[in-house]
Amino acid sequence: MRIVVLVKQVPAADAGLAFAPDLTVVRDAGPAALNAADWCAVDQSLQIAVGRPDARITAVTMGPPGAVDALRTALVLGADTAVHVQDPALHGSDALATSRVLAAAVGRLGFDLVLCGSASADSGMSAVPAMVAERLGVPALCFADRLLVRSQTVEIQRDDGCGDRRVFVAAPPLVVSVTERCGEPHYPGYVSRRGARDKPISVWPLAALGIEPAEVGLAGSASIVRAATPRRGGRRDCDVLAMGPPAGVATRLADFLAERQFL
Amino acid sequence: MAEVLVLAEQGGTSVHRATCALLTLARRLGVPAAVVGGSPDPAGTAVLGRFGARTIYPVTAAEVDEHPVAARVEMLVHLARRNRPAAILIASGRDGLEIAGRVAVRLDSGLLSDVIDVTDGPVVVQSVQGGAYRVESSVVRGIPILAVRTEYVTVVPAPAKPRVSPVRVPFPDRVRAVRMIARDRTRPRELSTAAVIVAGGRGVGSRAGFELVRQLAAALDGLPAGSHAAAEQGWCPPEMQVDQVGTIVHPSLYLALGISGSMRHRTAMRGAATIVAIDSDPQAPIFQLSDLGGVGDVHKVVPELIAEIERRRAQPRIVEG
Ligand SMILES: Cc1cc2nc3c(=O)[nH]c(=O)nc-3n(C[C@H](O)[C@H](O)[C@@H](O)COP(=O)(O)OP(=O)(O)OC[C@H]3O[C@@H](n4cnc5c(N)ncnc54)[C@H](O)[C@@H]3O)c2cc1C
Ligand SMILES: Nc1ncnc2c1ncn2[C@@H]1O[C@H](COP(=O)(O)O)[C@@H](O)[C@H]1O
Repeated sequence: MRIVVLVKQVPAADAGLAFAPDLTVVRDAGPAALNAADWCAVDQSLQIAVGRPDARITAVTMGPPGAVDALRTALVLGADTAVHVQDPALHGSDALATSRVLAAAVGRLGFDLVLCGSASADSGMSAVPAMVAERLGVPALCFADRLLVRSQTVEIQRDDGCGDRRVFVAAPPLVVSVTERCGEPHYPGYVSRRGARDKPISVWPLAALGIEPAEVGLAGSASIVRAATPRRGGRRDCDVLAMGPPAGVATRLADFLAERQFL
Repeated sequence: MAEVLVLAEQGGTSVHRATCALLTLARRLGVPAAVVGGSPDPAGTAVLGRFGARTIYPVTAAEVDEHPVAARVEMLVHLARRNRPAAILIASGRDGLEIAGRVAVRLDSGLLSDVIDVTDGPVVVQSVQGGAYRVESSVVRGIPILAVRTEYVTVVPAPAKPRVSPVRVPFPDRVRAVRMIARDRTRPRELSTAAVIVAGGRGVGSRAGFELVRQLAAALDGLPAGSHAAAEQGWCPPEMQVDQVGTIVHPSLYLALGISGSMRHRTAMRGAATIVAIDSDPQAPIFQLSDLGGVGDVHKVVPELIAEIERRRAQPRIVEG
């Protein structure tokens, strides 16, 4: 079984985002780490590999040179090999361009199962897994809170709040994205950490994937950022505070919960 | 003016408020048309019309219910290729994001997510990093696909008389690839994997006050939890403590009651998808993380909220009025 895990290095949560003059995220300064949900995806791949001696886990990232740390983390956790897609032309890629590159890398590797995080902490789009699946022409099981890989099928449980749990099933090859609710990832032992040093990391430029520079990066993206304005106090939105008599506040809260499907 | 496709959600006889919000935004970009899975009923048609839908495209087929995500992808792609709309609006959410991502690839069109506002162009405002930044973006290739956080949109009616124009969409085999094999109600047991968590802090005031936390958690089918302060006071057992040394949580909804939001608490719950806080102090740090904050006394607001939830549960299917 060939498992590909898509991992991304993201700015550390408490450091927050900073934007460069071209409105892309500053990725080479300040602390960064493996995206938390991707950590869970790697952990799930290891659990799937237990009792499957033929399982081979490849971690793939697309990112600037520093993103290699995401791959190192994945290898320490237990992935077998890693691929780093790196090319100056990729700078500024939107979700559509990113999915083009990742799908090409996965296609070149060959796969039965692609595991992703359900959302990345920097863009937070939750779009890349579905886009990669669409490009690969396979089903996707997104937002898995639990993942069960059987011999012929893959099953996920999804809890959308309110105690409403849905179980979805599909046959591989397919893409699964997992949430952090899959459980606390296991911390690697010493042997695994030491062994990781010898594991190979391949670096692939765009040419290795048959993609033209003009198809990706700021030039090839279908969406552009025009302005990014920090909000004072980091508050989520201007009118987030409901005030006044308790009944009015309660109604406002109930409306909000209903809107987000929690009622 | 060009048409703007809105993916409408309809359950039973009710049209969701989210759909009314999408129609409200769509009117700024062109002539709204609602794409509906299932056959239209008079009440649903009336609501869609009241919020400005000029056309309703109902699609009736078994796939629409059995494979909701894949079927809606086909519906939108089919209509987009046929009608060349000025934009496609979809409510953000787990299904909506998957639909949007797939449609974007099929149409090779830009997708903007976390949209909270739209002006002509379209230029959108995105709320990113939980609102720490306001980002303005636009789509430069294809048909702009906007995944909208509809809870930020003020719904405004603008009555139109919709034309109902049923559409036949060819569904290829691949729409049947994902099957839902079970849907059940679960009682979560563990905080670390719970989808809904209601947590109480110093502001609940007493062990008796903590009952409100349990009641609200039960009303929302979630789990109760406590801050460091609540656990230290003995209002809840230590295994219910959410913070760095207790449990780190990632629920879909985290409702904080009377929790000011110390650093150690925030670290353990900032991964929640939606954060709602009720606190009497409008300056409480927890509000900086919150999607919505209610300022008020927990002892007064929470009973009202529980009553309101029970009222809505007793009479579901409120058509947005
Ligand atoms: C807050 C925010 C919201 C966004 N919202 C959307 C949206 O709604 N829809 C959408 O499609 N896009 C979105 N984007 C992307 C956006 O449209 C732009 O294309 C642009 O600003 C790129 O984003 P970035 O800052 O992540 O760029 P970058 O920092 O350049 O990153 C883009 C991607 O390219 C990789 N990368 C960068 N340099 C290299 C390199 N040398 N080699 C290999 N890989 C590399 C990065 O790891 C990342 O995966 C968003 C970006 C931000 C910051
Ligand atoms: N540049 C990237 N390299 C590798 N994986 C990525 C990249 N961007 C996104 N992903 C994967 O897609 C998931 C969702 O990302 P997003 O759509 O940006 O929220 C992440 O958790 C990763 O698994």
